[in-house]
Amino acid sequence: MITIVLNGSDKQVKNNISVSQLLEELDLSEKRLAVEINQQIVPRSSFSDHTLNEKDNVEIVQAIGGGQ
Amino acid sequence: MPDTPPNKPLEIAGKTYNSRLLVGTGKYKDNEETQLALEASGAEIITIAIRRTNIGQNPDEPNLLDILPSDRYTLLPNTAGCYTVDDAVRTCRLARELLDGHKLVKLEVLGDEKTLFPDAIQTLKAAQILVDDGFDVMVYTNDDPLIAKELERIGCVAVMPLAAPIGSGLGIRNPYNILTIIENAEVPILVDAGVGTASDAAIAMELGCDGILMNTAIAAAQNPVLMASAMKKAIEGGREAYLAGRMPKKRFASASSPIEGTFF
Repeated sequence: MITIVLNGSDKQVKNNISVSQLLEELDLSEKRLAVEINQQIVPRSSFSDHTLNEKDNVEIVQAIGGGQ
Repeated sequence: MPDTPPNKPLEIAGKTYNSRLLVGTGKYKDNEETQLALEASGAEIITIAIRRTNIGQNPDEPNLLDILPSDRYTLLPNTAGCYTVDDAVRTCRLARELLDGHKLVKLEVLGDEKTLFPDAIQTLKAAQILVDDGFDVMVYTNDDPLIAKELERIGCVAVMPLAAPIGSGLGIRNPYNILTIIENAEVPILVDAGVGTASDAAIAMELGCDGILMNTAIAAAQNPVLMASAMKKAIEGGREAYLAGRMPKKRFASASSPIEGTFF
């Protein structure tokens, strides 16, 4: 297992987990979202190839209501 | 016909819009109220915020993007809540990824939590980075004509001076500065923030603004859907009054019935 930081909180995930697998585990596969790892955007086309490393800082974001 | 300025539709980054009212999607009671208010407003450009996805909580909660049909609305991701250049640029890049290469964004870099006034220095830096990166940047700024012109020079597609602090509902606090910004501009000028009620919107449009972005004035009204409709009309009325050209103000009366032909 490795520990990543997911949206600000520590999370244990299995070694060599891909972004796609992480999203599946979180039940987010079908959602419209964007993923950033260590402040670098991971394009949707790379979700299945991009694997996570110990201490990776993962941000998963979506659109919500907002004005100014 | 008298010399009336042409009533061209609003054009931003090469796309034309019939509505000059841009609406935010924050602070509504629920998605249904959001949808009804958007419909009543007639708005075609809708702002959204980018935030962390809830992990594990309410997985079936309807996503905002699912209730905003992209064929009907132009989405305008905004950098609300960003206090640094880096956060604002990151937010825009995430929005572009989220929305499949979408280039139109609203930049705001705030400088102070109490007033939510924009930090002009950081805003200029972030605008330059985003323009260089290919974004079409609509930019929130204070009502300073010099900063507004500089943001235009950098390549922003629209400049959006505040009327008053965000969420304050104080109306147009500095109409002469807004007027100067409009007179100097070669890109659309939209008032962003501070409008409280329909008359505020009409005043901004009578000054010659190209449009208005608002959120709280609608969402925090007692009846948001009715206020959305009122704002639509105020903006249309204010625009027509601007095009029509108001009568000059005079200190004393001037009768509108002829004196000739009186029998008394």
